[in-house]
Amino acid sequence: MNFEEYNELTHKRGKIWIWSAASLILFVPVALSVKYNAWPGFVPVLKGLLGVAPIFWTVGIIEIITFTPMLGTAGTYLSFVTGNVTALKVPAALNAMESAGFNAETEEGEIISTIAIAVSSIVTTIIISMGVLLFIYIQPLLSSPALKPAFDNILPALFGGLGIVYISKNWKIAVAPVVFMIALFVMVPGLASSVGILVPVGILIALGFARIMYKKGWLE
Amino acid sequence: MNTLQFNPNSPFLYGLAVLVIAFILVQSAYFLFHAIKRAKAIGMDSRTIKRTIGSTSFFTVAPAVSILLGVLSLAQFLGLPLPWIRLSVIGAITYELPAATSTAQALAISLSQTISEAKNYSAIAWVMTLGIMPSIVFTPILIKRIQKGVVNIKTKDSAWGNIFMTSLFMGMISAFSGMVFSRVKEGLPGLLPVAVLAVSAVIMACCGFFVQKKGWKWLENYALPFSMLLSMAFAAVAYPFFNA
Repeated sequence: MNFEEYNELTHKRGKIWIWSAASLILFVPVALSVKYNAWPGFVPVLKGLLGVAPIFWTVGIIEIITFTPMLGTAGTYLSFVTGNVTALKVPAALNAMESAGFNAETEEGEIISTIAIAVSSIVTTIIISMGVLLFIYIQPLLSSPALKPAFDNILPALFGGLGIVYISKNWKIAVAPVVFMIALFVMVPGLASSVGILVPVGILIALGFARIMYKKGWLE
Repeated sequence: MNTLQFNPNSPFLYGLAVLVIAFILVQSAYFLFHAIKRAKAIGMDSRTIKRTIGSTSFFTVAPAVSILLGVLSLAQFLGLPLPWIRLSVIGAITYELPAATSTAQALAISLSQTISEAKNYSAIAWVMTLGIMPSIVFTPILIKRIQKGVVNIKTKDSAWGNIFMTSLFMGMISAFSGMVFSRVKEGLPGLLPVAVLAVSAVIMACCGFFVQKKGWKWLENYALPFSMLLSMAFAAVAYPFFNA
């Protein structure tokens, strides 16, 4: 079986799993509505959705378009079921491929990305499940004021380490989007809650400047 | 059932949670098994696979605990099972909390205490679920088209294809790195995330130095988890100085 055939098989497997997951996820509110005879009605759900769906649905589709080329086939199917894509699955896959020395579009990259995302999903699920089981014992510890600043700063801690690797290797491509994003967030701090929408903006800026530099022969 | 008797921590809801969690574990194990099998079939070094598993497990611990904190905070008003489900499947705290808040506002109820009416609980569960469904529904619809588009770009011009992929990474990294600067106008407290970003980058650079110049190859796979955990520890220690 060559890479193309393996990839096609992965698509078939992925589709079965992802549609099964979609059915199971929908089953949860259906089951509890039936069990407790508690159908909420169309209007309350619509009102609740109006507050979040425009942004969630947009970000959801943007994430698929943005992250699919980075995650590979199996990694994409798995990540968009297990969630926490930007803050966990994408960095896990990128870090694993970088450490192993493979690109996302190679077969080895596809395999390493899949392993990283699957392991990350399993470890996350186990840690959350243990936390739920030991809720009474760990809540005081995890909620302690001493640890709060550490967990509040998990994204800077993640993207500092990840960013330096990619920026130092591709600094010419990095300069324009990084400077633009820093300036934008300093000027409009409220955008921090919509960072998902700004990822494609960063990509377009990076692509635009990279294209100009490529045409001028400044990029190898 | 009388809605006043509704318990968001009921055995039934825990049963649903266990079903969903079991599905996630089986799906992840299935893809892991097939990826390892394929790695062996194409002759990949088994040490690379083992190192990937080890380093990813280590790397995942801190973000997973952060997600657990999200479960615990949502549990205060939704009980444990629903946040456990939602943050194990597709969800993230950045989606689930606004979804719950938006529905609570629509229903004119407070989220300062545990939900005690089944209909309100059900409405929140529906909004959380439907709010996140496009991520799962559009993935199988769009994935092949996206991959075909990338392949076309690479086929036309291989060098530009590599730059295109790098630009995708840069777009994501620039957005999240830029976000770290969103609080700098607050003065010293707002500079803590920037300091954490810098500390993490410096630790990562030091790890790179030891890997490349000193031959500490073992460190390569653990560099990101180390830089992440040490910079988080820095945040905890430095917090009082930035908020003095």
